[in-house]
Amino acid sequence: MKHPILHPGLNLGPHHGQTHASAEKAVFGFWVFLMSDLIIFGLMFATYATMSNPVGLAGGPGPKEAFDLTSVFIQTMILLVSSLTFGFASLALRHEAGRGRIALWLVVTLLLGLAFLGFELRDFAHMVEIGAVPSRSGYLSAFWGLVPLHGAHVAAGCVWILVMLAQMATLGLVSVVKTRLLRLGLFWHFLDLVWIGIFTIVYLSGLAS
Amino acid sequence: MNTDQPLHWLLGRLDISALPILPAIRNPTPSEFVAAGAALAVIVGAFAALAFLTWFRLWTPLWRDWLTSTDHKRIGIMYVVLAIVMMARGVIEAGVMRTQQAFGLGGGFLTPEHFSELFTTHGTIMIFFVAMPLIAGIVNYIMPLQIGARDMSFPVMNQISLGLTATGAALVMISLVLAQFSNGTWAAYPPYTGLDFNPGTGPDYWIWTIVFSGIGSTLSGINFAVTIYKERAPGMTLFRMPVFCWTVLCTAIIMIFALPPLTVAALMLGADRYLDFHFFTNDLGGNMMNFVNLFWLFGHPEVYLLVIPAYGVLSETVATFSGKRIYGYTSMVYATMAIAVLSFCVWLHHFFTMGQSANVNIVFGVASMMIAVPTGVKVYNWMATMFRGRIRMTVPMIYAIGFFYLFVIGGLTGVILANPTITYQVHNTLFLVAHFHNVIIPGVVFGLLSGYHYWFPKAFGFRLHEGWGRLIALCWIFGFSLAFLPLYALGFMGMPRRTANFTDPAYLPLLYVALFGAAILLVAVVSILIQLWVSVRRREELAVPLGDPWNGRTLEWATPSPPPPYNFAILPQVRCIDDFADAKATGRAYAEPGADAYEDIEMPDNTPIGVFLCIGTTVLGLALVFYIWWLAIASFVAMTLVFIVRSFRVSSSHVIPAAEIAAAHRHWLDQVRAAAPVTRLEETHSANRGLAVLERPEMTGAAQ
Ligand code: HEM
Ligand SMILES: [Cu+2]
Repeated sequence: MKHPILHPGLNLGPHHGQTHASAEKAVFGFWVFLMSDLIIFGLMFATYATMSNPVGLAGGPGPKEAFDLTSVFIQTMILLVSSLTFGFASLALRHEAGRGRIALWLVVTLLLGLAFLGFELRDFAHMVEIGAVPSRSGYLSAFWGLVPLHGAHVAAGCVWILVMLAQMATLGLVSVVKTRLLRLGLFWHFLDLVWIGIFTIVYLSGLAS
Repeated sequence: MNTDQPLHWLLGRLDISALPILPAIRNPTPSEFVAAGAALAVIVGAFAALAFLTWFRLWTPLWRDWLTSTDHKRIGIMYVVLAIVMMARGVIEAGVMRTQQAFGLGGGFLTPEHFSELFTTHGTIMIFFVAMPLIAGIVNYIMPLQIGARDMSFPVMNQISLGLTATGAALVMISLVLAQFSNGTWAAYPPYTGLDFNPGTGPDYWIWTIVFSGIGSTLSGINFAVTIYKERAPGMTLFRMPVFCWTVLCTAIIMIFALPPLTVAALMLGADRYLDFHFFTNDLGGNMMNFVNLFWLFGHPEVYLLVIPAYGVLSETVATFSGKRIYGYTSMVYATMAIAVLSFCVWLHHFFTMGQSANVNIVFGVASMMIAVPTGVKVYNWMATMFRGRIRMTVPMIYAIGFFYLFVIGGLTGVILANPTITYQVHNTLFLVAHFHNVIIPGVVFGLLSGYHYWFPKAFGFRLHEGWGRLIALCWIFGFSLAFLPLYALGFMGMPRRTANFTDPAYLPLLYVALFGAAILLVAVVSILIQLWVSVRRREELAVPLGDPWNGRTLEWATPSPPPPYNFAILPQVRCIDDFADAKATGRAYAEPGADAYEDIEMPDNTPIGVFLCIGTTVLGLALVFYIWWLAIASFVAMTLVFIVRSFRVSSSHVIPAAEIAAAHRHWLDQVRAAAPVTRLEETHSANRGLAVLERPEMTGAAQ
């Protein structure tokens, strides 16, 4: 084989030499970690599903009172675009377009991530205002267990982007920095995927029922 | 409530009444004295350990060679030490419970609350801090050697896993001295463990113990799986791996998928308790059945997580001590995988009586019974391995025989319990306690202890004393039988589990028998320590530095004992299953490599991150238990910062030069050539230096 694909996802490519090979282990390990994390989200989804019924609502505010579909739609778009911009950062990494180009796309991704969080926090504030807080009902507990968990992941991803920007500046594009960028990419796309689940199961089907 | 505001801010709900000595003085009942005695034992034990380390000036070696080490072998040993320490506590608690029940006709000496706390800590400790670390320890030590790897895929993460497991253990131990651990059983069902019924520190201790050690185990699982997939030596295809490595792979996969439900359940319970959520409360739409489902979604795979590696150990020891290749290798592998998959499909059998429809119960009942099929395949395979083998009744074989008889009984009662109609009769009785101890002790504990005996010489370069080993094995076998088989009868007689006292005198005779059995088990545990002591003292005559004391079949025996930090001077080229046995038979073993065969080896540096995270999470856990919010935030931020700052260090490895490796390897080969090999029959004699006579089991036929 001339260009062995060492792991699923974007490979660095053989022209990255030893780093390409050593990415295999690191990225595979991270995939496994993501599977484990996905189980956590899956269980939160399952809990949410079992609690979105009249018993779980316990007479408290439901989806119709608590959610603002426009805002959620904007968040969805922001997050999807941020995945695209991260993809550009990954391509710049793979094709060795230079640190500046990678950093540029990372910063764009970071800003989109922060914008997402901003909209999300605004929605949460609204929910608190109308009394849709976790102490109100089992249903709302499940909501506040699931959606902010995703938000916390996004926040962690933003911190990670910041750290990577700093590491690219101080350490340069050394091997560990490259494999960390690969893993960060997986993480970011993964959060996108989970959000699609949240958008569909929590928001769309919540408002449809 | 504390009215002293600044102090409250500083110490949360931690105050002087948290010390168990005070209630003992105020209210001198036997129950309080037992609690105070336990606290005293922890404190004295801790001080004794500190004094020992200081007196023998062991702090520096401890730090340099152990706590900061990223060597999978040292991490493995530390796990086993942790497990043995915790086992002492778990078994003592079991003894106290057995004594209480023997005197429990209409009273006894313990309050029901105290008894509840005992079975809660006993269960939690035995599962999470005895069985799990024993497995993690043995896997850490052996698996990389068996697949011909130099280390785990992620050595630093490995150390962090150990640190987090130690955090959990530390929290359970600290709970003896500061306030109380939970009394809500090891499964911690809400709403009893919710804030309304249980406002104290107990369930909070349980939550943080479980969360931290659970994260550690998940990371271990990732590490094991990635190591097996990515670090195998050249030629070591998956289907040439020793069966033990297959079982590790299955267990690792279970760890990756089954521990998250536990973490989620514990954190949800935490949200209920700390943040006024309503996941599991009685009011406002909470649903405690969600907890039960989540818990057993972890809990059932967990028991297979525990027993599958024990199957793996048995597969190794039975093959070695029968002098034969394992019978039905492929079926063994598929049976293990089948068990691992089925283990995720049966969790509901833990709550047949909780009100779902009969049809649901039937589905899960049938699924549970199906596990008996692959398990049966395994048992027959082991027996077929022994059939016409040249069996040596060494300690691991004694355990194996005990396993065959007793584990099969435990498995059969499991099939009985898988029948929902029967469960309705015996649910929550001692029948169940008998059943799960009957699979855990003869299965997990026997398997792991035989692994401990089998691989000890690999790790330390000398064998464990054989006579004491036999005594220990027999004590476990007979002690177990006396302590637990009567509980089946007691269960049928209707004695409930988790009861401190009772009014029916008919239970008494069998409870006395069980107490006697528990005493024998206590002897077994004490003997483990004596055996260690005796073996260390006689290490010269028990020495097997050449590395192959049992005429082993797999790659770990192809190294000196203890192996060098890099395990293999030259990575082995694997040709078949049981490669080392084949190498010995065909003369490939101990071959002198050419001078240019040696290469520099890059090894990871030591790092204190595991210790740091262990201390950090312990402080975080205590801060959360006692509502010391500033400390919780501070420790969390400190850990995050250290983690980030550390990630800016690029190089964290050093190189061992080829010349040094060559010299060490040649020295070992010279010793091997100079040594007198022993036949299998002499392997327990002092003539055994770790070199076996070349026998050709496969070629000379089974009846050699
Ligand atoms: C060494 C001998 C052992 C003895 C004498 C012993 C004894 C006991 C006793 C008396 C109980 C309470 C039974 C009741 O509910 O009435 C108990 C519960 C339990 N034991 Fe053991 N045990 C031993 C070893 C183990 C081991 C090795 C494990 C697991 C690795 C284990 C796991 C458990 C668990 C999970 C519970 C249930 C706790 C609960 O009800 O929440 N035990 N044991
Ligand atoms: Cu089960």
